[in-house]
Amino acid sequence: MTARAESGPVGGGGLGRVVIWGLLLFFAFVFLLPLFVMVVTSLKTLDEVHAGNMLALPQHVTIAPWLGAWGRACVGLSCTGIKGYFGNSILMVVPAVAISTLLGALNGYVLTKWRFPGHKIVFALMLFGCFIPFQSVLIPMARVLGILGIGNSILGLIVTHVVYGIGFTTLFFRNYYEAFPTELIRAAQIDGAGFWQIFRRILLPASGPIAIVTVIFQFTNIWNDFLFGASFTSGANVPMTVALNNLVNTSTGVREYNVDMAAAMIAALPTLFVYVVAGRYFVRGLMAGAVKG
Amino acid sequence: MSFTTATPIAPEAIPRLRRGRVQVADLLPRLVLAPSFAIVLVFVYGFIGWTIVLSFTRSRMMPLYQFTGFDSYVRLWSQPNWYMALHNIAVFGVLYIAFCTALGLLLAILLDQRIRAEGVLRTIYLYPMAISFIVTGTAWKWFLNPGLGLERTMHAWGWTGFHFDWLISTRMAIYTVVIAGVWQAAGFCMAMFLAGLRGIDGEILKAAQIDGASTVATYRRIVIPMLRPVFLSVVIVLAHMAIKSYDLVIALTGGGPGNATELPSTFMYSYTFSRDQMAVGAASAVIMLMTIAAVIVPYLYSELRERPR
Amino acid sequence: MAFLEISALSKRFGRTEVLKGIDLELEKGGFLVLVGPSGCGKSTLLNAIAGLEAVSAGEIRIDGQVVNGLHPSKRDIAMVFQSYALYPSMTVAQNIAFGLEMRGVPRREREAAVQRVAALLQIGHLLDRRPSQLSGGQRQRVAMGRALVRDPRVFLFDEPLSNLDAKLRVDMRTEIKKLHAATAKTVVYVTHDQIEAMTLASKLAVLRDGALQQVGTPAEVYNRPANLFVADFMGSPAMNLLPARVAGRNGSAVLEVERDNEPPIGLRMPPAASGAALAPGQPVILGIRPEAITDPAGADRGSAAIDLVEALVEVVEPAGSDTYVVTRAAGKEVIARMRADADVRPGTRMPFAFDLSKAVLFDPETTRRLF
Repeated sequence: MTARAESGPVGGGGLGRVVIWGLLLFFAFVFLLPLFVMVVTSLKTLDEVHAGNMLALPQHVTIAPWLGAWGRACVGLSCTGIKGYFGNSILMVVPAVAISTLLGALNGYVLTKWRFPGHKIVFALMLFGCFIPFQSVLIPMARVLGILGIGNSILGLIVTHVVYGIGFTTLFFRNYYEAFPTELIRAAQIDGAGFWQIFRRILLPASGPIAIVTVIFQFTNIWNDFLFGASFTSGANVPMTVALNNLVNTSTGVREYNVDMAAAMIAALPTLFVYVVAGRYFVRGLMAGAVKG
Repeated sequence: MSFTTATPIAPEAIPRLRRGRVQVADLLPRLVLAPSFAIVLVFVYGFIGWTIVLSFTRSRMMPLYQFTGFDSYVRLWSQPNWYMALHNIAVFGVLYIAFCTALGLLLAILLDQRIRAEGVLRTIYLYPMAISFIVTGTAWKWFLNPGLGLERTMHAWGWTGFHFDWLISTRMAIYTVVIAGVWQAAGFCMAMFLAGLRGIDGEILKAAQIDGASTVATYRRIVIPMLRPVFLSVVIVLAHMAIKSYDLVIALTGGGPGNATELPSTFMYSYTFSRDQMAVGAASAVIMLMTIAAVIVPYLYSELRERPR
Repeated sequence: MAFLEISALSKRFGRTEVLKGIDLELEKGGFLVLVGPSGCGKSTLLNAIAGLEAVSAGEIRIDGQVVNGLHPSKRDIAMVFQSYALYPSMTVAQNIAFGLEMRGVPRREREAAVQRVAALLQIGHLLDRRPSQLSGGQRQRVAMGRALVRDPRVFLFDEPLSNLDAKLRVDMRTEIKKLHAATAKTVVYVTHDQIEAMTLASKLAVLRDGALQQVGTPAEVYNRPANLFVADFMGSPAMNLLPARVAGRNGSAVLEVERDNEPPIGLRMPPAASGAALAPGQPVILGIRPEAITDPAGADRGSAAIDLVEALVEVVEPAGSDTYVVTRAAGKEVIARMRADADVRPGTRMPFAFDLSKAVLFDPETTRRLF
């Protein structure tokens, strides 16, 4: 079978190309518009926001909204900006991503290279866990976290995200290791390598691409999570997303739209940055999470 | 590196000379997997069971293990909010899936026409997937702000008759959720379709050319029918995302105005945590779970079964 | 005027010239095979004839009509692909009729045409199946049916048998030859398998790196290869190519072939070369096929140019119908083909009969055939 060196059926002359490009640019415009509006609004003074057109560029560019969002904005009752919550998110994300990725790698390793009877069922059960609506485990989780004493804490969120991330990370690594030649493992065994050595010396070094995909996927999902954050934490312990929502939806006082937008940008920047830098891996993660194999 | 012979050697067949304890070495892989598996069993299936149990109790603010049979379900189905939620999820779900799929397919087909700026355009269409639904909701809330957002811009450009108050209209608010949702997920659909298009054998397209099929006919009669598996995956994933969507609604409309954009997910949350109706909340969660299971389980089963070994 | 004419055809991909000034002609009803190693440009040339690839320079004429600028569907050609390229979501009947449908042929006629072709290829019982339900051979037939039903001027085949297993390949090869005889269509066929090329072609074109090496009948290309490349490429096992030197012995010209630890072999000049101007001491390359080196009893009795040479047998490879014997000369392996029941043992010396009437000489510098 020949791979496709060129895309698309040949044909469609000049007019066709114009239409195609026109549509593509139109949609690019539509897709970029909200981002543009967010950025532009976040750089305006509040007077300008009220006075003008949301699409207009700022007359006087000001980063005051950003500074305000970071250090001064009122989330709930405290008015110390979102920097604390940003920190919460980081404290939550880093361990959760690390642990869930590592566990996923180990699980994938066992499921593909150390097959045992029933491995398919085990995998299926773990896989289904990815798809459940989290509402169906919210209540028990809240109770258990409370019982364990980590009810309203970052640690509780870390535990939550690890637990519900294992399904995805295992899926990624399992599919990746499945394609890894088993002969290399057998050769290593004959050479006398044991379980951990094979993992450390043979599989792990070859796991770069999938590790990146998994880390990016987990980072994006955990950073962007809202439901768990809103359900299991409150007050000063909430992650960035919850803080943002609270900030934007406070009904008291004057709505500082520019600060709201700045806060939203700050919340979006980490994942956007990762996406722009490593987009290829991001896409692979998306697709692997959706389609098997 | 030299390879061993083709016949695979089962791990059990290799004598463990390094340790004298054959048993442990055989069990080690399973021991490593066990904690994760146990976690999944408890935190996923155990908790689901727990939620199901709760839905049969009289729990209000705290769990109360007094069983009342299907009472909570009866109460659930007598809430006008619940019907609103169901109506909304149907409207939202269908429109979301339809528009995402259509737009994703269109963008993929356009990008497949040997576009030089493909990489850049792809990045633009996909970036919304990288940001939180809260950010999306916030941005669109501002964008569609009646008075300061789109409406104002249109007026500034001369269309003074333009009216866009969907965000605060009880009838139209759900459609704003559709708009924001499609904006977020169309890029993902595009990526899936593009991968599918790229997987099509070039010789088939050549044959179509020689047969005299126009570009439109080629896509309609040949390419799109070949994308059936991709359609299936896309619809499944979108359906799953639609049922779970909570963040987007909360940020965009907060479930309102009133309960105009109530969805099962927001219903569950508010009934459990705000209205102290835990049993009813649990019941709604169970219904959500059953719906997703009805979609996902057959899909997973067919995918896992066909795996080439 | 030939039916298919290709004049000075060139194609460039960026800076690389993929086709370098090809000139080819094919008479109506001929079977032209384009053969060569991977990357030689044969598929590109075929695609250019089909109109699937644009050309940078040159002309392609079919039946006198210049087709360079025409869309593939307007050239009245049909193509059979290596991977069959059947439309997976359509039935066999729909696949075959698709081209007709796109041309607006009415349904009644389409169905009749499909039935005709199905009868010819014996796939009538498969018409309602999908390609995924067919075997490789059946798919190939459907692909041919799709091409036949259009009744085009020229048939193009792009390595159609490469994906089949060996036995099926031989069967299909015979079928293609029979079909060609029955329908008398003009065919351009691409393959990398030189046996396929030899058996199917009425005209053979050998390509290398985008340039034509030789065009001729299979017999011509096989027996009188134009250069070293063609000599080596065609024939299996390959032609023995031995560096030699023209020498004078007893007043007549001889070819001297060096050997390690032994006096050189002296072979008479090939009869075809007599009367040619060859300087003494001139280096040449002697090309002689394994079947022209035999055991003395198996040599061609009709030939007047047999030379017996005693040589050491290194390897003996019994292949059932013949035995291949390997010896050494001029620092290379020389393969001889002997009768299956010849008495040969490795490590012994025995006479090898060289039939010089079947030999050719090449110039080592230009690699072209001298005679």
